[in-house]
Amino acid sequence: MTDLLTINNLVKHFPAEKKLFGKQDYVHAVNNVSLEVREGETFSVVGESGCGKSTVSRLINHLIQPDSGEIWFDGTETAHLNENEFRPFRQHMQMIFQDPNSSLDPNMRIFDLISEPLLIFTEMSDRERRERVRELLEVVGLSYNHAERYPHEFSGGQRQRIGIARALSVNPKLIIADEPISSLDVSIQAQILNLLQKLQKQFNLTYFFISHDLSVVQLISDHVAVMYLGFIVEKAPKKELYQHPLHPYTQALLSAVPIPDPKIKKQRILLAGDLPSNIHLPAGCPFNSRCFRCQDRCREEKPELREIEKDHFVACHFADL
Amino acid sequence: MQTSTFIDQPIKKAENRTKYYFRKFFQRKTAVIAAVIILIFLFFAIFGPQIAPFDPSLPDYDNLYGAPDAVHWFGTDEFGRDVLSRLLVGTRNSLGVSLASVLIGAAIGTFLGVLAGYYGGIIDSVVMRGSDILFAMPDILLAIAIVAIIGPGIINVVIAVAVFTIPSFARIMRSATLSVKSSLYVEAARSIGCKNSRILWVHIFPSTIQSMIVNFTMRIGTAILAAASLSFLGYGAKVDEPDWGAMLSSGRNYLDIAPHLVYFPGLLIFIAVLAFNLLGDGLRDTLDPKLK
Amino acid sequence: MSENNLLKVENLRTEFKISRKKSVAAVSDITFEINKGEIVGLVGESGCGKSVTSLSIIRLLNDTSGEITHGSVWFKGSNLLKLSDEEMRQIRGKEIAMIFQEPMTSLNPVLRIDNQLIEAIQLHTEYTKQEAREHALETLRSVGIPDPERVSRCYPHQLSGGMSQRVMIAMAMSCYPDLLIADEPTTALDVTIQAQILDLMQGIRNTRGTSILLITHDLGIVAETCSRVYVMYAGRIIEEAPVDILFSDPSHPYTQGLIASIPKLGLEAESLPFIPGSVPDITMMPGGCRFHPRCRYAMEICSQKEPELISINESQKCRCWLKTSEYSIKTENGESRK
Repeated sequence: MTDLLTINNLVKHFPAEKKLFGKQDYVHAVNNVSLEVREGETFSVVGESGCGKSTVSRLINHLIQPDSGEIWFDGTETAHLNENEFRPFRQHMQMIFQDPNSSLDPNMRIFDLISEPLLIFTEMSDRERRERVRELLEVVGLSYNHAERYPHEFSGGQRQRIGIARALSVNPKLIIADEPISSLDVSIQAQILNLLQKLQKQFNLTYFFISHDLSVVQLISDHVAVMYLGFIVEKAPKKELYQHPLHPYTQALLSAVPIPDPKIKKQRILLAGDLPSNIHLPAGCPFNSRCFRCQDRCREEKPELREIEKDHFVACHFADL
Repeated sequence: MQTSTFIDQPIKKAENRTKYYFRKFFQRKTAVIAAVIILIFLFFAIFGPQIAPFDPSLPDYDNLYGAPDAVHWFGTDEFGRDVLSRLLVGTRNSLGVSLASVLIGAAIGTFLGVLAGYYGGIIDSVVMRGSDILFAMPDILLAIAIVAIIGPGIINVVIAVAVFTIPSFARIMRSATLSVKSSLYVEAARSIGCKNSRILWVHIFPSTIQSMIVNFTMRIGTAILAAASLSFLGYGAKVDEPDWGAMLSSGRNYLDIAPHLVYFPGLLIFIAVLAFNLLGDGLRDTLDPKLK
Repeated sequence: MSENNLLKVENLRTEFKISRKKSVAAVSDITFEINKGEIVGLVGESGCGKSVTSLSIIRLLNDTSGEITHGSVWFKGSNLLKLSDEEMRQIRGKEIAMIFQEPMTSLNPVLRIDNQLIEAIQLHTEYTKQEAREHALETLRSVGIPDPERVSRCYPHQLSGGMSQRVMIAMAMSCYPDLLIADEPTTALDVTIQAQILDLMQGIRNTRGTSILLITHDLGIVAETCSRVYVMYAGRIIEEAPVDILFSDPSHPYTQGLIASIPKLGLEAESLPFIPGSVPDITMMPGGCRFHPRCRYAMEICSQKEPELISINESQKCRCWLKTSEYSIKTENGESRK
C-alpha cells in the first residue's frame, strides 16, 4: 500500500492580536507535525480544543498556507502551489464538515448542492447529473424525491448525509472529515459512522478523520495520532495506542472518557489545571505544566517524537521506561 | 437494530418558500396598505395620461387658480391647468426618476460593496474611503453640486441621485458580505473547488439580497424627496412638464391665494415617501428569519 | 411525600405556540422525583424536552419558550407552580440553583467575577459587602480554583471553559442550595476538563449532601455519576430505572437502541447497530407511540394509541406496549419477551 498523503514538518503560526507596543505575538497552532496516511485506511487525529487538529485539516485542504513544511498528496507536493494550481487536486480531496447546519448553503436546493462539484469538475450533461445525484442520494439513504427541498427541512443527521453525498460526487480518493459527527445526536452518530464505514469499503476511500471523541476513533481508525498544543505527542496503529498508550497525555485522555457501563469503575487520572496558552508555549515539553510524571528534564528539553516500538512513536523522555 | 441503510423522510413539511414569505408579509397590515398605495402609484405612472380627466398641459385662462370643485377635484394652477391631471401624469416622472436612480445606485453600490467585502485589501479601502467621502456630504447638497456641474435635466437628476445612493448600498452590502464570508458553507464551497467568482455570486450574494431589498425600498423614499427637491430648485424637469417637485415650487409663489397648489403635490410626495418607508419596514420584518 | 423526598414533579405539561392559534406540548405527563443527596440523570437527545422540563421546574420559561399548562412541582412541601413570582425568586438561587451548558454565555460579560458572585450572595443573605466578598473567595476555593483572588478580579472572557464552569458552579453553590440542576454542564468542555467538573460535582454531593439533577445526552456521564435515570424521548419520559439496571437490562426499545449504538471505549466492533430514522419535528409528531416509526418491534397498537408509563417491577418504569401484560413478542432468538 502506498502513502496517499504525507505531511512533513508542517508549521503554522497565526499572528495574535496586534499589540500597540512590543513584538507581534503568534498563536502556535501547528508545530512540526509529520504523518503518513496510507491509501484505503482511516487515519485519525485526536485531541482536545486548541490542539491544532482542525488547522492541520485546513492546511491539507489548502484553505490556509503553512509557514513551512511539505504536504505530499498522491505523489505531488501541494503546499507550495497557489490556489489555481491546486484546484484540480480538489476533485480527489473532499471535505466533510463539523456543523451540518451551516456547511450547506441555505439558499440552494439539495440537488444543486450535491451536483455542484460535478458542475465544476466534469462535463456531464443535465441528465447525467440527475442520474448521478439520484445514485448518490440512494447511497446515503435519502430519496431523489427530496432533491428539490432545502437544507433547513432536514434534520442534522440527514444534512450530514447530504454533505457526504456531495463529497462523494466526484469520486475523491481522500476524504477529510473534520469532527463529522460531534454535533449530531448520539443515536444518529452511529448511523453516520456506519455509513462512512460502508462507503469506505464500497469506494475504497481514504479517510483523514479528526475528532475529540476517543471511543469513536477507536471504532473506525487504522492509525491514530494524538495532538496537544500543536504537537503530535503520540502516533501509533489503533490497537497499539489503545492497549499500550505510552504518553502521559494519552493515558490521561483515555482515562477521562466516561464509559457507558456503570459496572466498570475506572481509576481516573485527573489532570491538574487548564490548557496553557499557545501564544507563549511552555519551554521544554508542552505538556509539562499538567503532566503527572513531569521532572526537571521536561521543563528544559523538548522531547522528540521517536519510535519506541514498531510504528509506535511517542514524544516523551520517559516513554520507554 | 438495523444495520442496513434506511430511506429517511425530511423532518419538516415541504414549504413553498414564496408562499411562506407572502404569508409573513400579509400578516403585517401597515406593509400591506403601503404596498397597495405603491401599486396605485405605479398604476398612475403607467396609465396616468389615459386616466387623467384633462390634458395636463391644456391651459384654461378662464379658470386660473381655481379652488378644488366638482369638475377640478384638485383645482387648477396659475395657467388653469387641472392639478389632478398634472399630478397623475407627473407620477411617471417622479417615480420613474427615483426608481431609475436607485436601481443604478443599487447596482453599482452592490457590486462595489460585495467586492470590497470579499476581497478586502485595497479594493476595500478604496471603496470604503470613497463612501466615507460621499457620506460626509449632505444628500441634497451633493445632488445639487453634481447637477450644478453637469447641468439640469431629467437624466442628470437621475445621475445625481444615483451617485449619492451608491455609498449606502456599498456599505450595507459590504457588511452583509463580510458576515456571510465567514460561514462554513462558503468554506465548503471553496473546498469543493469553486472559483472566487462562483463563490461570490452563487453562494455569498443570494444571502445578502435581503439587506439589499430593504435598503432599496427605503432609498426610493429618499430619492423621491431628492428628485422633488431638485425639481423644486429648478434643476429637474423642463419648465412645463408635470412634476411633483416643480409643481410644489411654482405653487409656492401662490401660497396665499391658492394654497391647494402646494398642498396636493406636497401631500402626494409625503404619501409616496411614507408608503415606501413602511414597505421597507415590512419587508425587513418579513425577511428576518428570527421573526415569525 | 416521604421524608427523604426533595423534589417531586407530577404530570407536568408545558406548551408553546407554533402559530397564533395553535399550541403544541413540548413535554407532557412528566413525573419524576429526586431524593436528598441523590444524583438523578435526565437523559435524552436534542428535541426531547429535557431543557424545557428543567426550565419549567424553576419557572424560567419566557413567553416564547412556553407556558406550563398542567401539573405540579412539589419542593419541600410547597408547589412551586403555585408560588408568586417573589416567592419563587427567593427559592431560585438559594434553595434550587441551576447551571447551564455554555458557561461563557451564562456569565455577564461586562461584570467582573467577584461582583457577579457578590451580587448572587447578597441577594439571598444578610451579608455585608465585605462578608460577601470573603464568602465568594471561599466558594471559589471550594470548587478547586487555585488562585481565587486573581480569578475573582477577571472578566468572564478571560477565563477558559473549564474555569468558567467552575465559577458557575461556585455561584450556584454559594448559598448552599438543596438542589442543583445542571443542564448539560460539560457538553461544551474538553473531555479532560469534563472529568474534573464531574469529580467536583460528585464532591459537592458527598460533602454537602446537595441533590443534583443532571441533564445530559451523554450516557457515559450518566453511568459514572447518577444513581437513578429517567430517559426522555420526544417530550415524554419513556423509561425510569436505577443506573445499573438501565444499562444491563433496558426495557424500552429506544433505550436499548441508544445504549447499543454508543461506541464504547475498549469494545471492538465491526460496525455499530443504530436506530434508523430521525427524531420527528415537534410539528410532525406521529400518532400513537412517538417512537413507533423507528421501532423494530412496532405493533399495530403502537401507531394508534400512546402507551402509559407503567411500573414493570419495583424500581423500573417503561412506556411501551410491549410491557403491558396483554402484549408479548418474540425476539430474534425466539424467546418470548414480556
